Amino acid sequence: MAGATPDSASAETTYRSARVPLLLPTWLVIGVFLILPVALMAVYSFLTKEMRGGVIWEFSLAAYDQFFINRGLFGDEPPTLEWTYLTVFGRSILQAAIATVLCLLIGFPTAWFIATRPPETRGVWLFLITVPYWVNLLIRTVSLRFLIRENGPLNDALLGAGVISQPLALINTDFAVQLGLFYSYLPFMVLPIYAAVERYNFAWSEAAADLYASRWVTLREIVLPIVKPGIIAGCLLVFIPSLGAFLAPNLLGGAKNFMIGSLIEEQFKKSLGNWPFGAAVSMILMSLVLILLMLYARSAARQETR
Amino acid sequence: MALRSVRHYPGFFGIALMCLTVLYAPLIVVMVYSFNDSPSITNWGGVSLRWYFDVFTGPEAPRFKAAAWNSLSIAFLAATIATCIATAAALAMLRAGKFKGRSLTFAMINLPLMVPEIVIAVATLIFFTMIGFTTGYLTILVAHITFCIPFAYLPIAARLQGIDGSYEAAARDLYATRAQSFFLVLLPLMAPGVVSGYLLAFIISLDDFIITNFVKGAGMETLPTAIFGSVKQGIKPNIMAISTLMLAVSFLFVTLSYLINRRGR
Repeated sequence: MAGATPDSASAETTYRSARVPLLLPTWLVIGVFLILPVALMAVYSFLTKEMRGGVIWEFSLAAYDQFFINRGLFGDEPPTLEWTYLTVFGRSILQAAIATVLCLLIGFPTAWFIATRPPETRGVWLFLITVPYWVNLLIRTVSLRFLIRENGPLNDALLGAGVISQPLALINTDFAVQLGLFYSYLPFMVLPIYAAVERYNFAWSEAAADLYASRWVTLREIVLPIVKPGIIAGCLLVFIPSLGAFLAPNLLGGAKNFMIGSLIEEQFKKSLGNWPFGAAVSMILMSLVLILLMLYARSAARQETR
Repeated sequence: MALRSVRHYPGFFGIALMCLTVLYAPLIVVMVYSFNDSPSITNWGGVSLRWYFDVFTGPEAPRFKAAAWNSLSIAFLAATIATCIATAAALAMLRAGKFKGRSLTFAMINLPLMVPEIVIAVATLIFFTMIGFTTGYLTILVAHITFCIPFAYLPIAARLQGIDGSYEAAARDLYATRAQSFFLVLLPLMAPGVVSGYLLAFIISLDDFIITNFVKGAGMETLPTAIFGSVKQGIKPNIMAISTLMLAVSFLFVTLSYLINRRGR
């Protein structure tokens, strides 16, 4: 910091006396409209459900009981582990993980390629990668549905080119959901990896090459460990929104490909909803995400102290 | 030669091209089909603008017009308010020295990015129901302001961080009041960040489906919820025309933001 003269140091504290009024709107808005609602949601998950949506103010563990424990159709059998909802979570984790791996496999080479362009072309490539992020996610998902549907343009083109003889049944499959998640969050993978590769000192690669390491050995042994923080950040940025995604599974997957987002949404439909259960599932999803973020923060802190 | 070769990996260019193809192919296909003259979405019936006329004058036009008005006015208000809140917060975070609770405040600002969207949707719905607030325009607006704050904050804070304190110090030395030095010196310097933050917040508000869908209440629609409702019955050509129009708006915004940022440098 060249500007660390006494004058600029005083500018850094210009607003010291106004600190509270400047921060008050942020504290109020986030506090009242986000933190308080999340706390109320936690309370709701321990209340008794009312038949037509909403709750009765009576403490109950019924929501968590319904999630984890199976007591048979009439509630009189010995309790066993309930698999219905754990399966939904398992499927969501698997789908999000596959989408993350797809994003990494495509995103890393793309980020590397962009970072090794001359600065002028780099800007154009980055611009092209970020544009889809600004386009409405719903519209992107609908477009993908239009493209890959049974008699859609993709199948028409492949049939016309003679690559396939039967239209591919892509829509309403697990793969369609993975493709949708991949398509939704790909820029989130490319950008952090790009930032990491851009800082990478290519002299390391040259040193490895001088010592007769092949390209791919260099990539595995030198490059990947150094750009790992960017890769981990990218994976989290793709995995976390994929886990709670609603649009891709809803518009591209069929009824079989139900994910956490749809499970939660169903609980708040007017007549057949169960608000405490919806709140409980949301709590479980949020805990999962916060644990992931905490693990990430801890590993990032450890990296820094090293 | 050695310099080139360690940067080059065979096949990476192909993958980067594939990446662009995957990102753009669905959008381009929908844009092309929005000009299709045929009422069927499968057959090509020649080029026409009929679905664009349909959007503005067809049977669904009043519904889409109302939804577009809601979307745009909410995005305008939410982005404006969130940008003001975020600008104030950035001043306190970066120009008010170190203080107790600074990292906690930072975590608060970023909280909307860390909690999954669907969880925010559920929590907000429960909150408004519990305090007996009727869901509608106002609940959507409040929810949008909340989750737009971090999106507005990040570019503003990034810009403010890069502005040397000596400009304000000079203004103060020349007897400018704090308000004068803010509005005449600091704010113009911050402008590219503030505009970027505003545009990002605007787009994020316009984009939102999940949270809006939870807190909109009966009879209230924004463009994404109206489109979602239509698409559930099958993709119709007028949806493709609306999508193309929205694509054009997004493209305009991202280009604006890009140009402003480049000039700011």
